[in-house]
Amino acid sequence: MVLGAALLVLMTAMAAFAPWLFTTDPIQLNPIERLRPPGAEQWFGTDMFGRDIYSRTVYGARISLAVGLAAAVLSVAIGLAIGLLAGYVRLLDAILMRVMDGLMAIPGILLAIALISLSGASLGTVIIAITIPEIPRVVRLVRAIVLTIREEPYVEAAIAAGTRLPLILLRHVLPNTIAPLIVQATYVCGSAMLTEAILSFLGAGTPPEIPSWGNIMSEGRTYFQISPWIIFFPGVALALTVLGVNVLGDGLRDTLDPRIARKM
Amino acid sequence: MTRPSIRRVVRLLGAVAVALPLTLAIGHKAMAQSVLRVIPHADLKNIDPIWTTAYITRNHAYLVMDTLFAMDANLQPQPQMVDTWTVSDDKKTWTFVLRDGLKWHDGAPVTSQDCIASLKRWGARDGMGQQLMSVVDGFEAPDAKTIVMKLKEPYGLVLESIGKISSNVPFMMPKRLADTDPFKQIPEVIGSGPFKFSAKDWVPGSKVVYVKNEDYVPRKEPPSAAAGGKIAKVDRVEWHYIPDPSTAMNALINGEVDYYETPPPDLVPVLRAAPGVVVEILDPLGSQGMLRMNHLHPPFDNQKIRQAVLKTIDQEEYMRAAIGNPEFYRTCLSYYACGSPLETLAGTELTSDPSIEAAKKMLTEAGYDGTPVVILQMTDIPITNAASLVTAQRLRNAGFKVELQAMDWATVTSRRAVKEPPAKGGWNIFHTWWIGGDISNPVVHTGIGAGGDKAWFGWPKDDKLEQLRRDFARATDPAKQKELADAVQTRAIEIVTHGNFGTWFNPVAYRDNVSGLIKSPVQFFWNVEVKR
Amino acid sequence: MEQADGRGAMLRFIAHRLLATIPVVGVVALFVFLLLHLSPGDPATVIAGDYASPADVQRIRATLGLDDPLPIQFGNWVGRLLQGDLGISIFSNLPVSRLIGQRLEPTLLLALVTITLSVAVAVPLGVLAAWKSGTWIDRAVMIFAVVGFSVPVFVLGYILIFVFSLEFKWLPVQGYRSPADGLWPFLRHIILPAITLSAIYIALIARITRASVLEVLEEDYVRTARAKGQSEGKVLMFHALRNAAVPIVTVIGIGVALLIGGVVVTESVYNIPGLGRLVVDAILKRDYPIIQGLIMMFSMVYILVNLVIDILYTMLDPRIRY
Repeated sequence: MVLGAALLVLMTAMAAFAPWLFTTDPIQLNPIERLRPPGAEQWFGTDMFGRDIYSRTVYGARISLAVGLAAAVLSVAIGLAIGLLAGYVRLLDAILMRVMDGLMAIPGILLAIALISLSGASLGTVIIAITIPEIPRVVRLVRAIVLTIREEPYVEAAIAAGTRLPLILLRHVLPNTIAPLIVQATYVCGSAMLTEAILSFLGAGTPPEIPSWGNIMSEGRTYFQISPWIIFFPGVALALTVLGVNVLGDGLRDTLDPRIARKM
Repeated sequence: MTRPSIRRVVRLLGAVAVALPLTLAIGHKAMAQSVLRVIPHADLKNIDPIWTTAYITRNHAYLVMDTLFAMDANLQPQPQMVDTWTVSDDKKTWTFVLRDGLKWHDGAPVTSQDCIASLKRWGARDGMGQQLMSVVDGFEAPDAKTIVMKLKEPYGLVLESIGKISSNVPFMMPKRLADTDPFKQIPEVIGSGPFKFSAKDWVPGSKVVYVKNEDYVPRKEPPSAAAGGKIAKVDRVEWHYIPDPSTAMNALINGEVDYYETPPPDLVPVLRAAPGVVVEILDPLGSQGMLRMNHLHPPFDNQKIRQAVLKTIDQEEYMRAAIGNPEFYRTCLSYYACGSPLETLAGTELTSDPSIEAAKKMLTEAGYDGTPVVILQMTDIPITNAASLVTAQRLRNAGFKVELQAMDWATVTSRRAVKEPPAKGGWNIFHTWWIGGDISNPVVHTGIGAGGDKAWFGWPKDDKLEQLRRDFARATDPAKQKELADAVQTRAIEIVTHGNFGTWFNPVAYRDNVSGLIKSPVQFFWNVEVKR
Repeated sequence: MEQADGRGAMLRFIAHRLLATIPVVGVVALFVFLLLHLSPGDPATVIAGDYASPADVQRIRATLGLDDPLPIQFGNWVGRLLQGDLGISIFSNLPVSRLIGQRLEPTLLLALVTITLSVAVAVPLGVLAAWKSGTWIDRAVMIFAVVGFSVPVFVLGYILIFVFSLEFKWLPVQGYRSPADGLWPFLRHIILPAITLSAIYIALIARITRASVLEVLEEDYVRTARAKGQSEGKVLMFHALRNAAVPIVTVIGIGVALLIGGVVVTESVYNIPGLGRLVVDAILKRDYPIIQGLIMMFSMVYILVNLVIDILYTMLDPRIRY
């Protein structure tokens, strides 16, 4: 778990301090210097337009991390809200769960591509397109917890005592959701970063003006045999970050709630 | 209820897993015939060459259909399906006699009625065809082999029009198919070409199969571009569409295919180094890049600002970024295809010395107020993608405010048709390209038209330019035509119909046991042999 | 008497679940339809081509029925769906069902081979890790699993091609051969794509197997079996696996969605003419009928697979009742 946290911190630092890490403008074209292998001047080499891969990789961390974190936070927040509603309001439960089931049935990638074609490619739409398929799982998780908690004697006692619903949610339900939600968030984060890469690979990801690990690799795919560094460096960066996030998630899960550990 | 059930389920799944491949298999026996396996530049999405201008559909049609006239290597129209023809003294009546032995793939003979219907259908969609049809008074078919075309006035581009080499090509088809509404697709592929289309083998997105037409009667002359004898020397041509360039290249290197139509220029060194692979440029005219501005809205409704943009176009920069290897591009300022008869430098004083500094000055003088320029960046086509990035950078350096909007080809084709201001879904700049054959004269060159609303996307309007183009079409004397072509280019550059960002030549790659490839702006597969 | 009761309950259960899927399918249909018809990018302009005037585009739209009000278009589409008519592709003018039929085999076989490979590799790995829990073997397997989960599918694909096809030249670079043309060519062409695709699956299944087996190893009845003197191996095999089967099967079901996503990329890298590429091409070209038909189909598969799994649950573990 420490390893995971360390990797994550490293990547975040890289993203935050990008301009000070000896980078040059990541979108500056320089056709004369195209396809140079890694060397003294360009540490990670250059791509087909002469852009510096090192700078692009460092700046790319910002996008990939932004996508991952935003997707994680959003999916958990929205999923929590819907899950609570479904768990408590009987009427909405049936409808909401059917909708969630329907969403889950559509393969995430396809849904994401279709959503992005719907609203045009921009960082915002990519984040939304990646978040939406992740919501149903969170909803299920929250709903299951709400349903079990509801049956607990102390909750029934609270209701009998006249405690209002929001208070019950706050005091009894919420604390029980935090641990599993955090774990789920880390998995969503890793999955979102990978999905962003796949979307870019397929041509439906973040706009190419902003370098993200996904679209750097996608642009480099034609050149993988002659200039493999274009795919290699962002690929390693992405794999390390996702690895870090996943390991972190595992570690959190093991410490926060050993009960769930078994189920995963 | 537990373990026996598991066993049953497992057995059932096992049976399914074994039976499935056998029952679902699309059998495909290997045949002892000569086959040419090709990786085409795009996927064949539809099969009607009049309904769409897509180059891939044009290539497909060239295999299975034939034309009355065809362009030879000197861009001169030569008779193909036509045997002899005459023009009346007043130049208003053209009479064409078809060759003997021409048959459709379903066995019926080719008649003049079929050809007239085909010409009409083509004339309803194609730009050059529409121009021709506007001076046509009527057609007659005195007998099954004779076509008579009556014009309202003499027209200098009759043969060039019906022998047009690229989209839309006036292909001949049976009357029952040619009578299909030009805005609907023909229901089947029946032509009179050297190959037949195998409909049952077509897997859209993946594979197209053509089979040699044993009944085809080729001309006696040797092949020259699209003209001459079209002898099919292989029994089958198979198109295998492989979208990923690395995968395609490796398939060729491993001998899994025989011919790769558009290898990216950067991969050429790998191809050349591979044993048994030949890389060659077959297209003498190449392709020319076009930077298209929207004349309807600011800032490009101002001619001086358009001229400032022209001043930033450094073809070397664009080509370096888009193509890379100087072996495959050249800088050439002519708006007509470089290497074509009408190539000229007339009017290119504005574009011959690109300079960001000068452009900056022109911009200030023109009174640019900071209106953002919206560039539609077509990301799935490497050339236009690269060009968009170069344009964005150079315009920014010259003082423009630029907004790059990334989208795929399908979306660009919708957006560019929008005449609203950029803020409401319109655009200011997009990039595209034309093959040399499509821009060899002022009439076939769609981009050089200035008919305002009727013009191509960008909608430049200039009556003087249009008059010059009309005069060119009517001119029958070659010297006069050259003079008018020069005048058209000069005027076009002055009002900035578009910018030319460079000329490039796509190499093809093939295995060394393939021979007979024809040098031409369009790739043909007759005359090609494969030695196994 | 009991048997009949059991079967009756089972049938009622299946019928109940089937009915429950109908609204879900309806939701999917609505989503899919709305998604596409509200998107910018009009197939009519793409079809009309470069020389078309706005009037031409309008004519094409009318021909395609794109101008009818949305509820009518939806109604038409659903009506045809129910009759098994998936519509005609806008671009190639061929029936969608025929296009799907042509490309079903590669995707199906790839999926089957992948699942088989994944289970065959992951379950033993998971069992091994659980058995040697806490040792370096356990660590190694888990790290291997997490890595498999973290590397993007296409990067793995390119690495495999580079090593096995280009360097060692053992396997072909791309393409698909039907088993009807020979079992050996089929296997040669499918093995690299299957390995690429199974990486994530193996990671998931190995972890779940390990966790389930660990959990079960501590259950009472396992201790009883040990006490009775059955060997370690037998203990693991018969009891632990049986009960681990439920979560493993669950993961396979959930993984189907992941599989479809991975299939899309793998087919693209290895040039396999399957459904994955068909659907991505269709989405990028806005060929509505194909997109709608295929997403509906994929969703139905997912729903069906999970239904089968739910049924398998009740057979595998009589303690679970809905």
